[in-house]
Amino acid sequence: MTKYIIRRVFYMFITLFLIATATFFLMKTLPGSPISSASKLSPDQLAIVEAKYGLDEPLPVQYGKYMLNLAQGDLGNSFYFKGASVTDLIISRLGPSLILGAQAMILGVSIGIILGMIAALRQNSIWDYGSTFLAILGISIPSFVFASFLQYWFAVQWEILPVALWDDGWKSSVLPSIALAMGPLAISARFIRTEMIEVLSSDYITLAKSKGANGFEVAFKHAFRNAIIPLVTVMGPLTAGLLTGSLVIEQIFAIPGIGEQFVKSIMVNDFSIIMGTTLFFSVFLIFMILLVDILYGIIDPRIRLSGGDS
Amino acid sequence: MKKNKLVWLLSLILILSVFLAACGDKEEVTETPATPTDKEETPVVEDVEEEQVLNLMMGAEIPTMDSSLVTDSVGFDLLNNVAEGLYRLDENNVPIPAMAEAEPTVSKDGLVYTFTIRDANWSNGTAVTAGDFEFAWKRAMNPETASEYGPYMMSGVIKNATEISAGEVDYTELGVKAIDEKTLEVTLEKPVPYFLSLMAFGTYLPLNEAFVTEQGADYATNSETLLSNGPFVLEAWDGTGLSWKLVKNDQYWDAETVQLTEINYDVVKETATGLNLYKTDKKDRAGLSGEFAAQYANDADLEKELESVLFYFKFNQERNGEATPLANVNIREAISKAYNKQDLVDVVLNNGSVPANYLVPKEFTFDANGVDFREINGDLGGFNVEEAQAAWTKGLAELGVEEVTLEILGGDSDVAKKMDEYFKAQLQGNLPGLTITLKQVPFSVRLDLDTNQDYDIQSAGWGPDYQDPNTFMNLFVTDGGNNMMSYSNPEYDKLIAAAAADLATDPEARWTALADAEKILLAEDFAIAPNYQRGTMLLVKPYVKGVVSHSFGGDFSYKWAYIEGKDAQ
Repeated sequence: MTKYIIRRVFYMFITLFLIATATFFLMKTLPGSPISSASKLSPDQLAIVEAKYGLDEPLPVQYGKYMLNLAQGDLGNSFYFKGASVTDLIISRLGPSLILGAQAMILGVSIGIILGMIAALRQNSIWDYGSTFLAILGISIPSFVFASFLQYWFAVQWEILPVALWDDGWKSSVLPSIALAMGPLAISARFIRTEMIEVLSSDYITLAKSKGANGFEVAFKHAFRNAIIPLVTVMGPLTAGLLTGSLVIEQIFAIPGIGEQFVKSIMVNDFSIIMGTTLFFSVFLIFMILLVDILYGIIDPRIRLSGGDS
Repeated sequence: MKKNKLVWLLSLILILSVFLAACGDKEEVTETPATPTDKEETPVVEDVEEEQVLNLMMGAEIPTMDSSLVTDSVGFDLLNNVAEGLYRLDENNVPIPAMAEAEPTVSKDGLVYTFTIRDANWSNGTAVTAGDFEFAWKRAMNPETASEYGPYMMSGVIKNATEISAGEVDYTELGVKAIDEKTLEVTLEKPVPYFLSLMAFGTYLPLNEAFVTEQGADYATNSETLLSNGPFVLEAWDGTGLSWKLVKNDQYWDAETVQLTEINYDVVKETATGLNLYKTDKKDRAGLSGEFAAQYANDADLEKELESVLFYFKFNQERNGEATPLANVNIREAISKAYNKQDLVDVVLNNGSVPANYLVPKEFTFDANGVDFREINGDLGGFNVEEAQAAWTKGLAELGVEEVTLEILGGDSDVAKKMDEYFKAQLQGNLPGLTITLKQVPFSVRLDLDTNQDYDIQSAGWGPDYQDPNTFMNLFVTDGGNNMMSYSNPEYDKLIAAAAADLATDPEARWTALADAEKILLAEDFAIAPNYQRGTMLLVKPYVKGVVSHSFGGDFSYKWAYIEGKDAQ
């Protein structure tokens, strides 16, 4: 196990190196410049500003310098926020995104699992159709529509919760978390339903039933554990995606999160933030995938992590 | 069985720990000042009955509060309220002495201005001196600072600025000098008629040398590392966050005039969210964009404002080294007269914009008697299908073709796309034989295509950098940095050059020259075709009084603002 993890971490660094390299060169092909008033300056004036930010150097040199700094954990300073360090920016923006992501994940996955179970156990009943309908709704309604809907009713009409902003403690996080939870809810409900139906018709379930185990025991003890494996697979990337922020939800609820910042940095050619956030997202995603792989082995002992060695 | 249960429990714990780890992080992070808890009660000033607090929204974050580095509207807007230059724009957008005690003495040749600095303090209690201006302006020209607006705003105005940006002269040679604590001598490169209005612009603000030097690279990167000499001080800004506030500056020389005790800001990028915050009384002002404008057209809180931003078509006469059909003046005339601008602003934009048949905006520059520059030329040209078609037929004949295909290059926002579709329909409908293709790209791409002159017709816009017609009129001189469409008319160039040099001390003749140049550009050469002057629509709570909006520099001044009648609601 330890050996396996060490090897995976090693591969992680290679992956990150490749991602950093690809992003760096792709980013430099973006039209435009991080210097906001470049079009107003004379070539002499522009040259002075570019020299200050090291943009006058040949691309390979810029790349080398960036990678050297990166190796020392220095993500550099933002171009847009003058003098602000990218690391500080990511840290200060990460909090709200993590809270929303975690709440949405817990809410979405737990309700999704319950809906999926009910649907599978009462197949083709009104419960099944109801929960399937909910799941389809969750997948097909874009999150911004759902978010606007929540905002209009809960905040503007009934005035139960704040409209937006991040200044009212836990209350500020309720609506955005619900809006974000719709995705994971729908996905987990669908996965669990499909897998449960398949698992429930397998031989060992029939055996368990014939041994006299009651329905509840069969569903939760025997069937659920096998049914959850595919869900765990998608949960890794899903969690990474949710915890690292959502542009749309953060924008609608005016939340100082990281997703919103990522997109903005591309619009204004803020090279250092583009690199910083991309790398951060990558680390997070790769880590989640690793975690999921480890989880497999625990949920299903038949999956051997050392696979490939033998 | 027992072992299985244990494993099952373990896996559950692991799943949970992922979430809990995340939750654990969150608590630490939210404790930082990034998300201020602005639930504290604001102290009520004794001699004012109502709570003087304004709650506002911004469309973007503050990139920097360093007056040498700021280039964006949010930064300029806030600087206008936390800092003060030699001059400030008053309620009528006329520059009035601010840090300058009175009007300066000007040398006969119009080159040397001597200002006396008024007795005023920075927010840390130290005095504002003439040296603060000298330091700030030279800092903006120092290559080490890498200021964009410093060289841009000072070249051609302050002595030696042009040479400094070219690297020929050291930045310390800039034509600004503190004679003593309170006397500032500014030497210009040439007489500049609009010089005093420049003194209200962010780039020319003073900086406290001792403080800026002490803070070094951290200066103005958050509200702790910033000093103010204006009506308000900035607080609770962490440098990149979505919220901050302005608090009345007790050290301000004219603090008596300032009534607001606090202005709370939040960055809200979604118009719909902003409107919901406005409707629920969390915010006192909200901007309206196109799709919401119609919905609120009859709202009692609606305020329309005309901005000094003009949008126009650039006609590129040479693309990839070859003359385009637009090199023909009749083709240009035909296109510029072939679409209805009134419908454009009423139906497509519907945001308070007005049709423009001119380049220098309305309500932007005024002469000594307060007469708008627009009065001289009035409207130049405009929608006229018959004239358009006559010119079109003539133009096609001269080119020896029957059909022409042209590309319109425009932005990629929803409004820009709608607008382009409208232009396409109008132009193709009114000019037989014309095919329009549309190219819609992000702003930075459009700038690139502009620089490479890789377009036929470009939907472009310009906002002023100083309060003078010249900021628009000099855009299209031969080989100018913003021409980028191979337009060249020696007569136009001559008038612009004269306005910048010989006529600088003769305001009347100068305005006539600029007006003549505008006539040549729009009514003789049809070099560009103006489309509209941008307006904005805002919802403002009726109890918000005295907010002054400006046509250049910072968008608003809150120095004279107050709250009245909120409690009565």
